[in-house]
Amino acid sequence: MAQEKPRLAVVGGGLAGLMATIRIAEAGYPVDLFSLTPVRRSHSVCAQGGINAAVNVKGEDDSPQIHFLDTIRGGDFLADQPLPFGMCRAAPALIHLLDRMGVPFNRTPEGNLDFRRFGGTLYHRTAFAGASTGQQLLYALDEQTRRFETEGRVQKFEGFEFLGIARDEEGTCCGLAAMDLRSGEIRAFPAAAVLLATGGCGAIFGLTTNSKDTTGSAAGAVYQQGARYANGEFVQVHPTAVPGGDKYRLISESVRGEGGRIWVPAAPGDRRAPRDIPESERDYFLERKYPKYGNLLPRDIATQEIFRVCVEEGRGVGGETAVYLDVTHLDRKWVESRLGSVLDIYRTYVGEDPCETPMKIFPAVHYSMGGIWVGYGRRADGFPDPHDPRTHRTNIPGLYALGEADHQYHGANRLGANALLACIYSGTIAGPAAIAHVESAGRHATADAALAREGWRWREHFDALRARDGDENLHRIHRDLGKWMRENVTIVRHNKALAETDGKIRELMDRWRRARVPDRGTWANQSLRFANQLWNMLVLARVITLGALARNESRGAHYKPEFPRRNDAEWLKTTIATAGSDGPILSYEPVDTSLAPIQERTYG
Amino acid sequence: MDDARDRVVLRILRKDRPDGPSRWETFAVAREPRMNLISCLLAIQQDPVTIEGTPTTPVAFEANCLEEVCGSCSMLIDGIPRQACSTLVDDLGPTIELRPLTKFPVVRDLVVDRAAMFEALKRIRAWIPLDGTHELGPGPRVSERERIFCYQLSRCMTCGCCMEGCPQYNRRSAFIGPAPLAQVRLFNAHPTGAMIAGERLGALLAPGGIADCGNSQNCVRLCPKDVPITDAIADLGWQTTKELIRRLLGH
Repeated sequence: MAQEKPRLAVVGGGLAGLMATIRIAEAGYPVDLFSLTPVRRSHSVCAQGGINAAVNVKGEDDSPQIHFLDTIRGGDFLADQPLPFGMCRAAPALIHLLDRMGVPFNRTPEGNLDFRRFGGTLYHRTAFAGASTGQQLLYALDEQTRRFETEGRVQKFEGFEFLGIARDEEGTCCGLAAMDLRSGEIRAFPAAAVLLATGGCGAIFGLTTNSKDTTGSAAGAVYQQGARYANGEFVQVHPTAVPGGDKYRLISESVRGEGGRIWVPAAPGDRRAPRDIPESERDYFLERKYPKYGNLLPRDIATQEIFRVCVEEGRGVGGETAVYLDVTHLDRKWVESRLGSVLDIYRTYVGEDPCETPMKIFPAVHYSMGGIWVGYGRRADGFPDPHDPRTHRTNIPGLYALGEADHQYHGANRLGANALLACIYSGTIAGPAAIAHVESAGRHATADAALAREGWRWREHFDALRARDGDENLHRIHRDLGKWMRENVTIVRHNKALAETDGKIRELMDRWRRARVPDRGTWANQSLRFANQLWNMLVLARVITLGALARNESRGAHYKPEFPRRNDAEWLKTTIATAGSDGPILSYEPVDTSLAPIQERTYG
Repeated sequence: MDDARDRVVLRILRKDRPDGPSRWETFAVAREPRMNLISCLLAIQQDPVTIEGTPTTPVAFEANCLEEVCGSCSMLIDGIPRQACSTLVDDLGPTIELRPLTKFPVVRDLVVDRAAMFEALKRIRAWIPLDGTHELGPGPRVSERERIFCYQLSRCMTCGCCMEGCPQYNRRSAFIGPAPLAQVRLFNAHPTGAMIAGERLGALLAPGGIADCGNSQNCVRLCPKDVPITDAIADLGWQTTKELIRRLLGH
């Protein structure tokens, strides 16, 4: 009689989690898939512009190797090179796979896949489905997952919040604890391996381009259980977004990829309406300073240039950190077919037509390059080995991380349209690697006791939270956290302000301990889960802030005027944060630079 | 904050548990320029106090992307099913009424359970029958015209507004509803998806299938993403008729 195969748990139903789920189910292993929300509503839907792959259909002699070199340079050489190397090589085949799944990618007149330009490269390398590419990719993977679900190979736990892992006596991950967000019940689930695909941690910065669920809570939880967190200080601020009271809404980089131009009035204090400012009195400052790449610089550089023009030179639109993003010179019909859903966002929330009036846009926190530390095994030919149990594994055996939740691929700055690719690629290799772990590891002898212990621990934790009386308001603490992080730990960082911010976060942690949960019930208690998330956010906020304070150089998205240059002699290394009793303990590891030379980073 | 220009008044139908009683509570929040309803609900979440000054529990609601692409935050806003994230308070009257969708079981307050919509996607086999995720070369060549057609249908975010507005979709009927019908049209239009078109049409010929559509056209009027639902249903009428004849002839 065939022995029943052990179950694996995937946490998170965005692109990374679904791709891993599909790969594991295909290999014949049953999957339990946990998600806060029906997976079709995951944050991956927000990705707009596209997904990179050097398919080279425009006669430009593009290649996966050039894509790889662009990615490494875009990340200011901080990325370990083997995983991005594997990703860029695999990308063309992944695009064909997604196309086979029915993703409605835009087409050329001949019916081939179309590709657009994006930041940090000179090639047409970005496949896209209108301007809601993430949504379309997510739906394709959701549909394939649903097919496995009907066959009984995937069981979904939608409306469950991951709380933490369980570890057996050897320290190996043997399952997880999760809360049923309706009943409030806390349950422990055995799992032969746990794969965290829980996304980024934007909510730490309050108002960002991220979805509401993107708190980083799961990453913060496993960090407190001993998982290492790497390069937390590298946080991408996207140059183009629209502010709102509930979030910043992204205006995709693809707007510039399709010919959109960024400018400010040449004279400080020019308050005329944008259409009344003649060409000769506009400053297309990115095109002027970077004639080769123009508006399609990597995001870190574009954002820092916007900051320079607006804050240091005082030429921001309306005196704010804002610039114009202009598509009024482009053909309306053509723009609508390629960017329609993004322009609709601007119309809905700003109330103006971008085809008539230049968009007024602001930088906003967008993506976390850092994340849960994961390693990789390599084949003899240099490629990452998807069948090596070390690939995408954290420092905890049996615990894997992938997608935005991990720290790999992007170094100090992510190139546009590489996120969707990294999410999907990491799913394709983390799934088989987790299976390799399951096949090589023995049975968990002590799993039952560990699972029971975790269940009890979390029940007691939430009972205490629910019963707590205090005068502090959880949402005000969150608002203060976001404000401090946005002001001091985003585009420009000063050591004095970073140290003050860490002090502030510790103060907020004290306030959290005195905060009252305004709902004492168990059924669908949204305040209770937020209280738990907020603690994990505060913990990660310290990791981000102290990582930034320690790193005395400027690299990628991390810019310190006190140390304006990249310093490879001292800082070409990965920041590793480990949870200590008084906060994060920082250590450093060398970067794997075995596949591309370290160079000056220029975009003249 | 007494003036209507300075505040937004929200009258919200609340329910603590699926089997519990409903009650109305009214809140006032400070008005901001170009404020959406999610911002109002976030303000209530931060300070859950009614307009009479009575402390209460925060209003439960579902939301995620906040830019009308995830489909989470559907609710009845002044009686109309729409997304709370893309509804601006300036476009509504001085008092706004919020209720949960009525065609789905209430979980709590404004949160409803739309699992029926995802179950329907299983019934109609809403996927491309892939041989596997291993490398098999490029997909089928598709014209941009066909691509645009599929993209329009593929923007459906399973928000449920069309289902809420459909008179035929309710607890007394087995009708599968407009959203899944449009997805049959989508997958039957794809060259590979069409290989199991007959199975999908079979699901629509079963009880609760396409014959139950009453052609009220509410679905297409309520869809926030302009999915051409009624065009899709009209075309499926032809497809199912042909499928029926094919089956009768035993082909």
